[in-house]
Amino acid sequence: MNIALVEYGAGNLPSVERALSRLGVESRRASTPEALAGCDALILPGVGHFGALMRSLGERSLVAPLREAVSRGTPLLGICLGLQAMFATSDEAPGDAGLALFPQKVSALPPADRLPHMGWNQLRRARPSKLLEGVPQDAYFYFAHSYAALDAGEAGVAYCDHCGSFVAVLEQGNVFATQFHPEKSGPVGAQILSNFVRQADGKG
Amino acid sequence: MSLAHRIIPCLDTDGERVVKGVNFVNLRDAGDPAALAARYNIEGADELVVLDIAASRDHRPTFLETIRRVAAELAIPLTAGGGVANVDEGRAILRAGADKLTVNTAAIRNPPLLTALAAEFGSQAVVLAIDAKRVGNRWEAFVRGGSVHTGIDAVEWARQGVDCGAGEILITSMDKDGTRSGFDCPLTAAISRAVSVPVIASGGADTPETFLEVFSGGRADAALAASIFHDSIQGLGELKRYLGEHAISVRQTA
Repeated sequence: MNIALVEYGAGNLPSVERALSRLGVESRRASTPEALAGCDALILPGVGHFGALMRSLGERSLVAPLREAVSRGTPLLGICLGLQAMFATSDEAPGDAGLALFPQKVSALPPADRLPHMGWNQLRRARPSKLLEGVPQDAYFYFAHSYAALDAGEAGVAYCDHCGSFVAVLEQGNVFATQFHPEKSGPVGAQILSNFVRQADGKG
Repeated sequence: MSLAHRIIPCLDTDGERVVKGVNFVNLRDAGDPAALAARYNIEGADELVVLDIAASRDHRPTFLETIRRVAAELAIPLTAGGGVANVDEGRAILRAGADKLTVNTAAIRNPPLLTALAAEFGSQAVVLAIDAKRVGNRWEAFVRGGSVHTGIDAVEWARQGVDCGAGEILITSMDKDGTRSGFDCPLTAAISRAVSVPVIASGGADTPETFLEVFSGGRADAALAASIFHDSIQGLGELKRYLGEHAISVRQTA
């Protein structure tokens, strides 16, 4: 299987690559529209700033190809800022449009608890999830963020509670995303990546 | 459901090997960083910190290689630092595989550095490390590995550092460091009350009770320790079981 990490000049690609490699999955990096077009599955990792991510994707002419890949049915996994990029807009960068795979927006978490939301937290499951198959209900995942999607309609399959409730796992058709970092979440994180690879491989 | 309190082993290195000492002096060799990282990753550490306490310019490529070797062993977050003085050095540390970087001396001398680092990498990647010591009726910040007294109020500096962009505070009690007499709970609580970001307590770790104290009275979000883990005086699994039994939310691992 041909699985590629979208490379846009930021994002923690090596740690995702190592996590996949531990599962016996070799990945490559895609930084051009042509490279994206030839992939069986895509991962959009992300750390940093919503505006910087969208501008980097724009400068590399990757926004339309990413949307087209999703329309064609290519499985896509967004991680952290990669989840946020799937929404229409973000409070973090009001002038920058997201990929708009989902019509809702990304909000600044209200300062009810400590921010950034940093560390290991549990999930509240709302709908059946392919990414969470085989993952214990009380498992902890590693989060590091101050912005989040509070609502994703039917696509929100699991939520997390910190400064209120926000979308932690999102699934709709061939689009998957986690607000936490599976590549930093120990064995349960590896299970999530393995579940995505299985979906992408058509064995889900 | 709530955010777990983190237990963070710390690898103080001379750039290449793990070293340890009491009150920042009398350093001795304590092992290979990648080997220790692999062990803590399996035993249930929630995060790992690796510091270059020598932080000499000539040594930096060696430390970056150490970060790469350590990161390769981990499926948990990694924080690294020591002598970071500008955005380019921060970028080198993150590119080598760290998720967050610590900054200490350079931030006190030049607080806008925190703003620049946060703008470049996000606040979640910027940890302000403060070495503090009791002076009279307050705590004051020391820099350059604890050797230079700034006269700056540590609590006030933490507050200002967060305003400048720090996303987390790593507060080390120099009075407690290496003594195994318990964390400095009054210091940690004072910092924790002053800021809105997570606070990591460091210095003085000993028995599971000392961790319970710093998570309850000390109001810490995370606790860091070195020698009690390196010397296998305290097991991570046993420590977390104890905390769980005492109503502290922790991530239990197998």
